[in-house]
Amino acid sequence: MQYLLLIYENEAQAANRGQAGMATMMSEYRTFTQGIIQGGQFKAGDALQPSSTATTVKVRDGKTLTTDGPFAETREQLGGYYLIEAKNLDEAIVIAARVPTAKYGSIEVRPVMVFN
Amino acid sequence: MDSAQPPKIPVTARTIEQVFRTEAGRALATLIRFLNDFDLAEDALQEAFTAALQQWPSHGLPANPRAWLVQVGRHRAIDQLRRQQNFGRKQPWLVIEGAATTCDILAEYETPVADDLLRLIFTCCHPALNLEARVALTLRAVCGLTTESIARAFLVSNETMAQRLVRAKQKIRVAKIPYETPATDQLDSRIEDVLAVIYLVFTEGYAVTTGEDLIREDLCTEAIRLARHLISLMPGRTDSQGLLALMLLHDARRAARTTIAGDIVLLEDQDRTLWNQQLIAEGVALVEAALHSPQRISRYAVQAAIAALHVEAPQPALTDWPQIVGLYEVLLRLQPTPVVELNHAVAVSMVDGPAAALNLIEALAARGGLSDYHLLPAARADLLRRLDRHAEARDAYLQALALVKLAPERRLLARRLAALGEIPRAN
Repeated sequence: MQYLLLIYENEAQAANRGQAGMATMMSEYRTFTQGIIQGGQFKAGDALQPSSTATTVKVRDGKTLTTDGPFAETREQLGGYYLIEAKNLDEAIVIAARVPTAKYGSIEVRPVMVFN
Repeated sequence: MDSAQPPKIPVTARTIEQVFRTEAGRALATLIRFLNDFDLAEDALQEAFTAALQQWPSHGLPANPRAWLVQVGRHRAIDQLRRQQNFGRKQPWLVIEGAATTCDILAEYETPVADDLLRLIFTCCHPALNLEARVALTLRAVCGLTTESIARAFLVSNETMAQRLVRAKQKIRVAKIPYETPATDQLDSRIEDVLAVIYLVFTEGYAVTTGEDLIREDLCTEAIRLARHLISLMPGRTDSQGLLALMLLHDARRAARTTIAGDIVLLEDQDRTLWNQQLIAEGVALVEAALHSPQRISRYAVQAAIAALHVEAPQPALTDWPQIVGLYEVLLRLQPTPVVELNHAVAVSMVDGPAAALNLIEALAARGGLSDYHLLPAARADLLRRLDRHAEARDAYLQALALVKLAPERRLLARRLAALGEIPRAN
């Protein structure tokens, strides 16, 4: 069973992290990523550029409409993701809780749809 | 069915319904293990119940109704899978099919059945489901209540409740909420989740409302039954024992807490001969066991200990208030919520007098806690009345009346306000 872990945090706060804070976070992420690679749960994962670089696309009546910014303006923004393999939701939750950002942001756990 | 006995006493639909309520949780739990699908198992059990309604009145009650329900349910599920024509494609759990005689079934599920029910309870109370869904699903799947009864108890339409159940089951399936007893390192917090669901079922049933009282009493009964199940499945835990004690000690006062007209009778005015001494004895014994256990004390056990001190007093004036204050202080450390603070203040008023308690309540109000909770101004009003500050008491009762939602509580406040008018005002 695959789950997508969507990493949300407040970008404005993240920007004020400072160099030392940034280095700590990077090292925590390296440790976490290594951990789930070794555990065989890692499928994919990336950090994203800030939501100010986002473009939202929709097609209405055959016309492509693009708007600047993320789909939803919320207090926290999508900052990255992991695609993981887990036995069930409990295992996925345990892994999500290990994502460093879980301590100050939030991790949304979404089961990946399987088409037969 | 080979295990059926000739009918000795007539088997009515009501008897069958009662059997169903008793057995549904365990039967469903076992079916889910066999079928590995919550929805399918539930449909199967429903069909087995329908079959029971048709067959039991003429064939008599089977010797083991649960085994009967499981066996019939399983056959119905297999039939349904065949009809859907995806049978045999990827259903390894159905290999046991064919070998199913009542004896096999019995042998097969007699031993792990306790675990089945526990797994079902933990699944229904999983923290990834929202609290409303957990409560509804537990009542439906574990307690065997109909969707209609649950809807009635929670004052929502059948459609809303059915939707809520469908969504919950869908999330269990799609997100793959495991049908498992949680790992040891998660057990304490997961049991806390289960206890929260049970207590919510109880408090919902215990709330004094108008009408539909039977269904509400049912909720209290179910909550107590659930706690008993949990204790028998995971014995020796003081958190679940504390919760059972708390519910028993409240439930013991059920007959005394309202008048026939549905008006609230305050604890100090209750007819103590109406209290159920058997429930009290059981509750008190559980509290004492919990308090003397080396395990970390749970908030439910502390609340139960407070309730025990109230019911053990032969008359209100002999209530051990200093010990109640001490217990509230313990509770405040375990559960530092404004409601506990308010109750603590009221207990303090019985030891150190109303002025000391009023200070605590004003401080609580100043922090903005409980700003829309009617019991805050109501408690303040009572203290002001005891301090002979009648004009302020009147204002506080009016504030409480503006916030109160349930009719019996409104009538109680109105009576207190009216009584204030009878006290001659100073000068």
